[in-house]
Amino acid sequence: MKLSAASLALIAALFSAAPVIAADYVIDTDRAHASINFRIKHLGFSWLTGRFDKFKGTFAFDEANPDASKVKVEIDTDSVNTNHAERDNHLRGKDFLDTAKFPTATFESTSVKVDGDKATIKGNLTLHGVTKEITIDAARVGGGSDPWGGQREGFTGTTTLPLKDFDINFNLGPASQAVDLTLEVEGVRQ
Amino acid sequence: MQIRDTASGYGLTTRAIHWIMAVAIIGMYVLGLWMVDLNYYSPYYQSAPNLHRSVGILLLILLTVRFGWRLANVHPADDELSTAERWAAKLVHWGFYPLLFALMISGYLMSTADGRPIEVFDWFKVPAIIEDKGMEKTAGEIHETLANITMLVVLLHAIAALKHHFFDRSRVLTRMLSGSPKS
Repeated sequence: MKLSAASLALIAALFSAAPVIAADYVIDTDRAHASINFRIKHLGFSWLTGRFDKFKGTFAFDEANPDASKVKVEIDTDSVNTNHAERDNHLRGKDFLDTAKFPTATFESTSVKVDGDKATIKGNLTLHGVTKEITIDAARVGGGSDPWGGQREGFTGTTTLPLKDFDINFNLGPASQAVDLTLEVEGVRQ
Repeated sequence: MQIRDTASGYGLTTRAIHWIMAVAIIGMYVLGLWMVDLNYYSPYYQSAPNLHRSVGILLLILLTVRFGWRLANVHPADDELSTAERWAAKLVHWGFYPLLFALMISGYLMSTADGRPIEVFDWFKVPAIIEDKGMEKTAGEIHETLANITMLVVLLHAIAALKHHFFDRSRVLTRMLSGSPKS
């Protein structure tokens, strides 16, 4: 039997499309192998660090087709923690996160470009009621079988958010206009 | 000078504590509202909350003393008031205690939720009893709500006192100012 050029092209297209169903991973917040950390300059003198203690998320990742990766994260803004109770209440208030009005921040990727072990993740971050496209510089830390019968993948990512972009206008001084985010993510394959 | 309360009027202790707390509690409300709106570069950004916390702890101590003093003293007769007014007065006067205790304790719990003590000026420190990071959110909301309720009750209390003074020509206000006529 002879195959026409057209049917060959069709078969080739089917084969290349077949294996792109990326594996789904749930970010391991249950056992806290993931964290959303931030830092901002204090008066220009030092770095103040904090994190969001409560969040959840999933990602899709396939080593064979990493550009098809996707990630989605939901953050409980009330869980902001800078290790100082009164400051955290201030951060929850109207001057900053206004968590009563905006209890959730979300990030959903729109594109992933992989270059070796590094990746550029673009996506929409909704924070303080404002949705903006942000770019996360990410890197794969490692992945494979864990000792308990599961499959895990881990990544690290960084980005910088100007506070004004998200309509947070409390004046912390000229050195403190933007906050750096560092995301440490480990997912367990479902 | 009468120290203790009698059936005919308030002693000096009750009157002094009453007016110190009246001024301090209203002052704390204004200070609280003002300090949470200060900008970061205000010279009072740190000292105003320090003052608020310090005075708050002193008020908690004073409230405890006052509660003990109230239980240990007879209350001046309220026979100039109607039965309904007497019950309303009792409700407001006794209601102040749980309200103020809850207000002050919620402030303490908010500030000490991370385990840090409250420094009362630079005299002494009150340690955290319950360290529960995250508790400060609920404690803070309760503190704000109870502060507003307290001001409403203070207003009601003051209006009632002025009404008894000017309309009923009763001695309920003057006896808190100048004590018993016989002393």
